[in-house]
Amino acid sequence: MSAVTKTNTGPALQLPEKTYLNSTYGIRSWLLTTDHKRIALLYLISVTFFFFIGGFFAMMIRLHLLTPSGYLLSADTYNRMFTMHGVTMIFFFLIPSIPAILGNFLIPLMIGAKDLAFPKINLLSWYIYIIGGSFTLYSMITGGLDTGWTFYTPLSTVYSNSAVAPAVVGVFITGFSSILTGLNFLVTVHTMRAPGMTWFRLPLFVWAHYATSVVMILGTPVIAITLGLAAMERVFGLGFFNPAMGGDPILFQHLFWFYSHPAVYIMILPAMGVISELIPTFARKKLFGYHFVAAASLAIAVIGFLVWTHHMFLTGQSTYSAVAFSFLTFLVAIPSAIKTFNWTATLFGGSISFDTPMLYAFGFLGLFLVGGLTGLFLGCLGIDMHVHDTYFVVAHFHYIMVGGAVMGYLGGLHFWWPKITGRMYPEWIARIAALVLFVGFNLTFFPQFVLGYLGMPRRYHVYPPEFQVYNVMSTAGASILAIGYLLPMVYLTWAAFYGKVAGNNPWPATGLEWTTQSPPLTENFEVTPVVTWEAYDFHNRPELGLDVPGHTGSPTVAPAHGDD
Amino acid sequence: MSEQEHIDHIVPPSTYITIIITLLCLTALTVAAAYVDLGIFNIVVALAIATLKATLVVLFFMHAKYSPKRTKLVIMAGIFWLLILLFMTLSDYASRVDYRGIRYPMSQNTHFIASPRA
Amino acid sequence: MHRTGALYGQFETLEQQKETASLGMWIFLVTEVMFFGGIMLAYTINRHTYFHAFAMGSKTLSLGLGGTNTAVLIASSFTMAMGVWSAQTGKKKLLPMFLSLTILLGFIFFGIKYVEYAQKFHHHLVPGRNFDITYCIDNPNKCEDIDAKDLAQERHEIEEAMAADPDLNAHAQLYYSAYFGMTGLHALHMVIGAGLLFWLLAGSLQGRFTPEWNTPVDIVGLYWHFVDIVWIYLFPLLYLIDRHK
Repeated sequence: MSAVTKTNTGPALQLPEKTYLNSTYGIRSWLLTTDHKRIALLYLISVTFFFFIGGFFAMMIRLHLLTPSGYLLSADTYNRMFTMHGVTMIFFFLIPSIPAILGNFLIPLMIGAKDLAFPKINLLSWYIYIIGGSFTLYSMITGGLDTGWTFYTPLSTVYSNSAVAPAVVGVFITGFSSILTGLNFLVTVHTMRAPGMTWFRLPLFVWAHYATSVVMILGTPVIAITLGLAAMERVFGLGFFNPAMGGDPILFQHLFWFYSHPAVYIMILPAMGVISELIPTFARKKLFGYHFVAAASLAIAVIGFLVWTHHMFLTGQSTYSAVAFSFLTFLVAIPSAIKTFNWTATLFGGSISFDTPMLYAFGFLGLFLVGGLTGLFLGCLGIDMHVHDTYFVVAHFHYIMVGGAVMGYLGGLHFWWPKITGRMYPEWIARIAALVLFVGFNLTFFPQFVLGYLGMPRRYHVYPPEFQVYNVMSTAGASILAIGYLLPMVYLTWAAFYGKVAGNNPWPATGLEWTTQSPPLTENFEVTPVVTWEAYDFHNRPELGLDVPGHTGSPTVAPAHGDD
Repeated sequence: MSEQEHIDHIVPPSTYITIIITLLCLTALTVAAAYVDLGIFNIVVALAIATLKATLVVLFFMHAKYSPKRTKLVIMAGIFWLLILLFMTLSDYASRVDYRGIRYPMSQNTHFIASPRA
Repeated sequence: MHRTGALYGQFETLEQQKETASLGMWIFLVTEVMFFGGIMLAYTINRHTYFHAFAMGSKTLSLGLGGTNTAVLIASSFTMAMGVWSAQTGKKKLLPMFLSLTILLGFIFFGIKYVEYAQKFHHHLVPGRNFDITYCIDNPNKCEDIDAKDLAQERHEIEEAMAADPDLNAHAQLYYSAYFGMTGLHALHMVIGAGLLFWLLAGSLQGRFTPEWNTPVDIVGLYWHFVDIVWIYLFPLLYLIDRHK
């Protein structure tokens, strides 16, 4: 294993005097802030809160499924558990997590700007998130929702007697938070880059968020109108989705999945962006195929809009339509595969260190691979015929969402924690937690692939007794996974106040955010930086003090002319 | 910093007057066309006229004609995505056939008959 | 972030700020295109499936009121564009005038819409709420605002439509769902637009908008024109189905 070069091996560092954290005091300075970094922390607290709520529902599901005949919950209550788990985790955790926390914090720093393009709209997006979350919490308190997170009609609009309306309104409102964040990011990347920061010198984290923002802008309004129409139907009796009036549930499904499929790319693209930062840093090597990875991010965003009907293969589609969407589904896997190849190729010949963020990156690579490949199985019509609506699907998306997106999120949190707080987390506990998480995750979800293949349907509160052993394994894994999540919550919070002071660039990494103090000033940079180096260029940055094999001390690259 | 040469092109009022008169004439035209039996083409003509009117508003009232390329790209992207939503969904509806070989929609009496089974 | 004059703290130049605001509004309008697109899709599917019900529903709308509203909105787009021109050329007295005209035309639109909606409620044509497409022809005394000749024509049209579609009453509710959904959503956007225009009017009376900086007028203008474009599509889609029969 190669030596890890860290810059803080000298005398103990001090935190900088003035930072964004201590520039102003009082609750009003936080609740009325327009500083993107403080807003990111506001999101961190609220998103973590919803993560725990979603986790609570997951715990109820897994505890209930320990026995085949369902001892813990009634059928109705079980329906509410998986519905609320899905709604909370998707709309209030996965979609905002990386963009609203890491994206908000880092994008201006990474491009050399003082803030996002629209700081007040940024704050507004947080308040909208809180208001939407409150409606959904109200729905939970008044009995919850039992329609599945997919809100299929006419159950959700006519027949369900659960708290559908407040939940639907809550998700509708939160959608605008997503739209405003995406709008902010798109405009910021277009107009706020520092001199010399051309498009192809941007970190791939920024490209990933650009692609994510394209999806947010184009997709979220459609779920907004869909849920709006569903709410109108439930409350006022409009009839688009109600067969009794001649309406069509399939229309709801089309409108719903037009957003909800691209939504999964909103959830994974930012995580891929994090991985694109972690791997070059901890392999001490320029990312392989920068242009391909950037283009692949955009390709995923665009092609991702063309495949939604693969969620509807069993709704009576014609063969022609099904084949077309199956083909497009296979097509959308290609850019993801390109990225995975490029990350792996970056490792080859690199000087790899196994810091915690890198452990999460490795976890991502393996688990995203499994999740992505099983997605291809599901895109294959013959297989989908058998495993649709079984635990195979559940396992597939948890491998991507948890094994992929959450690993990326935690890896990113650890990597940038020193920048956000100025202090380093405790390395060995963090590595153990990462391993616990990895083991727990696989024990929870791998048996679910087997269950699905054997035929256990999803969303059922009872199951045939022969499936019990896999369910017990899954629940055992879930409890280990829970520990894997709790540990970082505890030590990251501890580290924020008592961790070792990290300095500007503890790793060291090449991004613009690492050239400024930790934690940063409110206006990010004392002087607007002028960028003269390429992304991930470990060779031409002597000021980073890197021990890079093959370093020849070649001159810095001349600044490229700024263009759009 | 990346910025474009962005000279505020000021559109003269005479252009606006031409456009509003054109729009009002097109409105009259679309009403007149609705009274002529063109069969299946009634909707085509109506949408074509509406699109022409919308284009005039976008190009001249919204100054898209004088805006940077980036703005035009954003507009095109919006239209393209709307077309994806409409046409790909319609392609599914247009190709549905139920077990009796009847194309969707089956009949006007759909609230007595369930949706086509797989 | 503090402001120095018109320049917000996160920007380097006024030019950058203008570019940013404009791009932001255009991207927001794209989200609006997708938002209305969803309900357009619902309309398209249902119009195709239940053409007779949709044609019948369309015929109960007043072409006079709808056409007038279309002209009103087109005129308001003109006055809005003239408002932007006034700001760009520094005509400080004309700007509030054009903004006021735009607001006035907007309120005329609301007034006509109110009349139309009131009529629908009166004639039992609101989905989910005692909906009955035959209400007026069965109770002519309750619908005095329709004269006898039009009522006879409507009876003929309804009978023809019912022969083609026995479930006309159920399916016509879908037409009115589209009608109220689409025009309601549009009206909501206009209300927001009117609010923004009042805000601009206040600013223009204080002389805040100059040829150097008139970005708010420009971007509210973009929003207002977009709302006009939505109506340009709604008018033929809702009012002009099958009028030639």
